[in-house]
Amino acid sequence: MPASVSLSLSLPLSPAASPRSDPSVAASPFGAFRRFGLRFCGLRREFLSLRSLTSEATGRISPYPARGISKKVLAAAKSNGSPTKGFDYDLVIIGAGVGGHGAALHAVEKGLKTAIIEGDIVGGTCVNRGCVPSKALLAVSGRMRELQDEHHLKALGLQVASAGYDRQSVADHANNLASKIRSNLTNSMKALGVDILTGVGTVVGSQRVKYGKVGFPDTEVTARNIIIATGSVPFVPNGIEVDGKTVFTSDHALKLEWVPDWIAIVGSGYIGLEFSDVYTALGSEVTFVEALDQLMPGFDPEIGKLAQRILINPRKIDYHTSVFAKKITPAKDGKPVRIELIDAKTKEPKDTLEVDAALIATGRAPFTKGLGLENIMVTTVRGFIPVDEHMQVMDADGNLVPHIYCIGDANGKLMLAHAASAQGISVVEQICGNNNVLNHLSIPAACFTHPEISMVGLTEPQAREKSEKDGFEIRVAKTSFKANTKALAENEGEGLAKLIYRPDTGEILGVHILGLHAADLIHEASNAIALGTRIQDIRFAVHAHPTLSEVLDELFKSAKVNMGTSPSVSEPVAV
Amino acid sequence: MAALLHLRLNSSILPSSSSHPSLRRRPCRRPAAPSTRISAKIREIFMPALSSTMTEGKIVSWVKSEGDRLAKGESVVVVESDKADMDVETFYDGYLAAIMVEEGGVAPVGSAIALLAESEDEIPLAKSQASSSSSSSSSSAVPASPPPAEAPASTTSLQTLAPSPPEPSPVAASSSTHPASDGGRIVATPYAKKLAKDLKVDLAGVAGTGPMGRIVAKDVEAAAAAAVASVPSAPSKAVVGSVAAKAPTPLAIQLGTVVPFTTMQGAVSKNMVESLSVPTFRVGYTISTNALDDLYKKIKSKGVTMTALLAKATAMALTKHPVVNSSCRDGKSFTYNPSINIAVAVAIDGGLITPVLQDADKVDIYSLSRKWKELVDKARAKQLQPHEYNTGTFTLSNLGMFGVDRFDAILPPGTGAIMAVGASQPTVVATKDGRIGLKSQMQVNVTADHRVIYGADLAAFLQTLAKIIEDPSDLTL
Repeated sequence: MPASVSLSLSLPLSPAASPRSDPSVAASPFGAFRRFGLRFCGLRREFLSLRSLTSEATGRISPYPARGISKKVLAAAKSNGSPTKGFDYDLVIIGAGVGGHGAALHAVEKGLKTAIIEGDIVGGTCVNRGCVPSKALLAVSGRMRELQDEHHLKALGLQVASAGYDRQSVADHANNLASKIRSNLTNSMKALGVDILTGVGTVVGSQRVKYGKVGFPDTEVTARNIIIATGSVPFVPNGIEVDGKTVFTSDHALKLEWVPDWIAIVGSGYIGLEFSDVYTALGSEVTFVEALDQLMPGFDPEIGKLAQRILINPRKIDYHTSVFAKKITPAKDGKPVRIELIDAKTKEPKDTLEVDAALIATGRAPFTKGLGLENIMVTTVRGFIPVDEHMQVMDADGNLVPHIYCIGDANGKLMLAHAASAQGISVVEQICGNNNVLNHLSIPAACFTHPEISMVGLTEPQAREKSEKDGFEIRVAKTSFKANTKALAENEGEGLAKLIYRPDTGEILGVHILGLHAADLIHEASNAIALGTRIQDIRFAVHAHPTLSEVLDELFKSAKVNMGTSPSVSEPVAV
Repeated sequence: MAALLHLRLNSSILPSSSSHPSLRRRPCRRPAAPSTRISAKIREIFMPALSSTMTEGKIVSWVKSEGDRLAKGESVVVVESDKADMDVETFYDGYLAAIMVEEGGVAPVGSAIALLAESEDEIPLAKSQASSSSSSSSSSAVPASPPPAEAPASTTSLQTLAPSPPEPSPVAASSSTHPASDGGRIVATPYAKKLAKDLKVDLAGVAGTGPMGRIVAKDVEAAAAAAVASVPSAPSKAVVGSVAAKAPTPLAIQLGTVVPFTTMQGAVSKNMVESLSVPTFRVGYTISTNALDDLYKKIKSKGVTMTALLAKATAMALTKHPVVNSSCRDGKSFTYNPSINIAVAVAIDGGLITPVLQDADKVDIYSLSRKWKELVDKARAKQLQPHEYNTGTFTLSNLGMFGVDRFDAILPPGTGAIMAVGASQPTVVATKDGRIGLKSQMQVNVTADHRVIYGADLAAFLQTLAKIIEDPSDLTL
C-alpha cells in the first residue's frame, strides 16, 4: 500500500526530475517524495483510526490488501472479502473456539474471504466448558468466601448473617454466562459476514476441506489457506472410569449438578486449583492427588509455596503428592468412589482413597482425530499437530505443509484461549505477507483463585537456567501487597509480586503475582515484555494512587538496573 | 532471594540488631572466650532482618518441626516482616533441636528463635538450653517460653450417679467396624485430619459418623472435647465429679451389640479404676436456700448466676477451712494450695470439662459471674486453655437442675474434695420453736480424701457453708 500510493504521487515529478543531473534539482523531487511520504503516514494514521472507530459501530471496513484496488475496497467494505480466483475462500478455519474466532475476525479485517467450520457449538471449550463458566462459579466462590470470613468482615466493621447459596441458581449463572458469551461470539462473526459452516471438518488436500455430519463429510470447499483450530478435550488417564456423576471432568463439574461433601481432585494445576477454590467455598472438603512431588508444579516455586500457604493450608484441603491415581471406580451400590494410588516412581500401591466424588483435572488432550491429517502426510505427536514458529503445519518428515496452519490447544505450544487467538492473528498476518512470529513469553496466564495468581514470561528456575546457558546475570525483585494502600483498604494484604530481570539490560524476563486482582495486574508486565519496554523506562510511568497497580510500580522501582556500569551499554541501541 | 538465617554459637551475647539491608549476612561467630561456656555444636537461629526497616518479625509458620534434619539452604521458618512474608533458610546442616518462638510469636530482629544442633545426640542438650536461655540470655526479647513440660500421668474421675446415670456417648452409636476402615485404614476427611493434627487427636481411636463411617470434623471435635475432659495435664488438675448443665442428647443405641469404648470412654474407665486407690468418705448436709433464692432473684438481672453464687459461697467457706482445700500428693504430706480455685463440672457434647473459677474467694460475685459466662462460652467453642480447666483445687458438681435431690461424686485424683449439689426443693420442716413450716432445702454431699481431710473438717466446713448460704449477705460484698 505505501509503495503504490507513493509511486502514483511521485510519478508526475520523477519524469521531469530524472533527466536532469543537477544535484540541487535532483534533491527537490527527493525532498518532495519524502514530504509526501510523511504526509502519507499521517493520512494513513487517520485512516486507521477511522477504520477502528467504524469497525466498532458497523462491523468493519476491510483495509486494502497489498494488491488492492479501489473497486475491491468497496466490495470488502460491504462484507467478508471476495476470494482469490479459483478458491471458494481465502481462509477456512476448522474449529470456532476462541482461537478460530480471533483468527476469523482478523482475517476479515485483512480482507480475506473467510469461513469457519464448527462441529459442536461456537465458542469451543473456553466459552462453553472452560474459562467462561468457571469464572461464573469463581465469582460465586469469591463472594461466599468474603461472606463466610467473619474475621475479615469484622475487621471491616461489617455484620452479615450466615451466608448460604442455592446450587441450582449458581449453576444457572454459569450456564447463562456461557450462552451469552456464545451468542456474542456468533453474532460478532455473523455481523462481519464470516460464513459459519456446520459440521465436522476434514482436510482432504492441502487446499481442500470437506465438512458435514460425523462420518459423512459431504460438502467440499476449497481454500487458499486452512487453519486447524480444533482445540482439546479433558485428558483422562487410563484406569480412570468417568461416569459423569461421581467421577467426572471439568466438562461435568462446570454444570455443578451437585456439591459433594468430599471430592478428590486429581491434578493440582490451574483447573484443579480453581475447582478447589469453588468447592471449598461451597462447603466441600477437597483432597488433591498430584503426580509430581509438589502441588502446583507449573507455577514459580516461590509463588507455589505462598499459594499453598494461602490457598491450601488454611482451607479444608489435604493432598497426596508423588502419587498416580492408577484406578478410579465410580460410586455404585452404596459404595463410595474408590481411588487407588500408586507411588509415582516405584509404581507400588501406596494408598486407597474413598471419597464422594473425583474430579479429573490431569490436563487436556488435543482434539485432532478425524481431521484427515493422513491426507497431508502429517503425523501427530502425542496427539498434537507439529508446527513451526509461524504455526505452519509440518509433515512426518519435518517439511512444512503449504497453506495449512494449526493454532491453539491442537498444537500444544501454550494451551490457553488467548494464546490460541494470538496465534490465529499471527497466522493471518503471515498469510497476508507480513512476517510475524508470536512471542509466547509475552503471553500472560492467570489462575482465578481467591486471591488470584498470574504470571508472564519465565519462572525463576527457568530464568536461572537460561542465564547460565547464555551467560548473563539475573536478579529478582519482590514487593508485597502488604505495603499497598488499596490492598490494605480492602483488608486483603496477602500477596506477592515478583520480577525476574536482567540487571545489565533492564529486560523483564518474568513477572509472577499472587494477590488481589493479580489476573488484571499482570498486563502491565506482559505488555512491557511484548513491546520490549525496559525497566529503566517503565519505572517512570505513573500509576494512579491508591490502586493495586502500584504493587507493580513499586516492583519496577525496586529493580536495580546497572545500565551505567554494564559493558552491554556500549552496544548500539536503535532509536 | 533466600533470606538466610543468622546463626551464632550459643553464648550469652546478644548480636547487634542489624540495620544493614543486606539479607545475606555472615553469621557472627563468637571467638571461644575461655570464660564463656560454649557448646560449639549448638547454634542459635536468629530472627533475620528481612528489610532495612524491620525491627521485629512474626513467625508465620515453622516449616520444620523439632527433631527434623535440616540441610543447608532448606526453608526452616516463614517470617512475616513489616513488608512481606519470607521463607528463611538455614545456613548450616543439622537438626532443629528446639523452637523458642512458637508460630504466631513475635521476636525482635537478632533474637534467638530456635536452636540448631549439629547431631541428633545434642538435641536434648539444646532443649535444656532453650529453656534456660530464653529466660536469661535474650533480654526480654523472646516472648515464647520453652516447650511446656510434659504432662504428668493423666488423672480423671467421673461421676457415679445414685439414681440413673445418663450415658453421654455421642460417638458410641457407630460401630467401629464400618466399611471405611476396612483393612485397618483410617478414612478421615481432609478437614478432620487437619483438626486432628491441630487438636492432637489420634484418629485411630476415633469412630467415624460420616457417610460410610468415615471420620468427619465433628467426630474429631467430640473426641478432642472428650480427651480434654478426661485427660487433664497439670499438677493440680481438677476433673470432675459429676455433670452439670444440660442433659446430653441420648443417641440411638443398637441393642444386642457390643460397642467398644472410644478414646474418651477408655480414659474415663482407667481413671475410675485409679480413683479406687484414694480412701474417700462422704459427709452430707441439708441447707436452707430461701435466703439464697431471694438474693439470686434480686441480683439475677445483673448477670449473676446460681453457679457463681454457689462457687462464691464455697470459696468463702474454704477460706476458713484451708485443709478442705488441700490435697495429698504423695501419701505423706498435706499440700496446702495457695489459692482457692473452684472447678465446676460442665457437660458438653457428651464430654465433661471443669472450667475453673480462679481465686473465687477474692473475686466479687459480679466479676465471677462474668468470668463464668466467658468460661462456658469458651468451653462450648472448645477454646479453653489448659490453665482454665486443670487448676481447680475444689470441685463443684450440680445435678440439681435435673431434679436430682442427692448424689455422690467420685473424687478427682489430685484434689482433696468434691461437693455434689442436689436440687433445692420446698420441704415441710419442723422448726426449733415447735412450728411447722415450708422451707426450700438442698442437700449437699462432699466426697473427700481421708488421708488429709477428716470427718470433723468436713463437718465444720459444711456448717460454715450452710451459715453463708443461709445468710448470704456477705456474698455480694
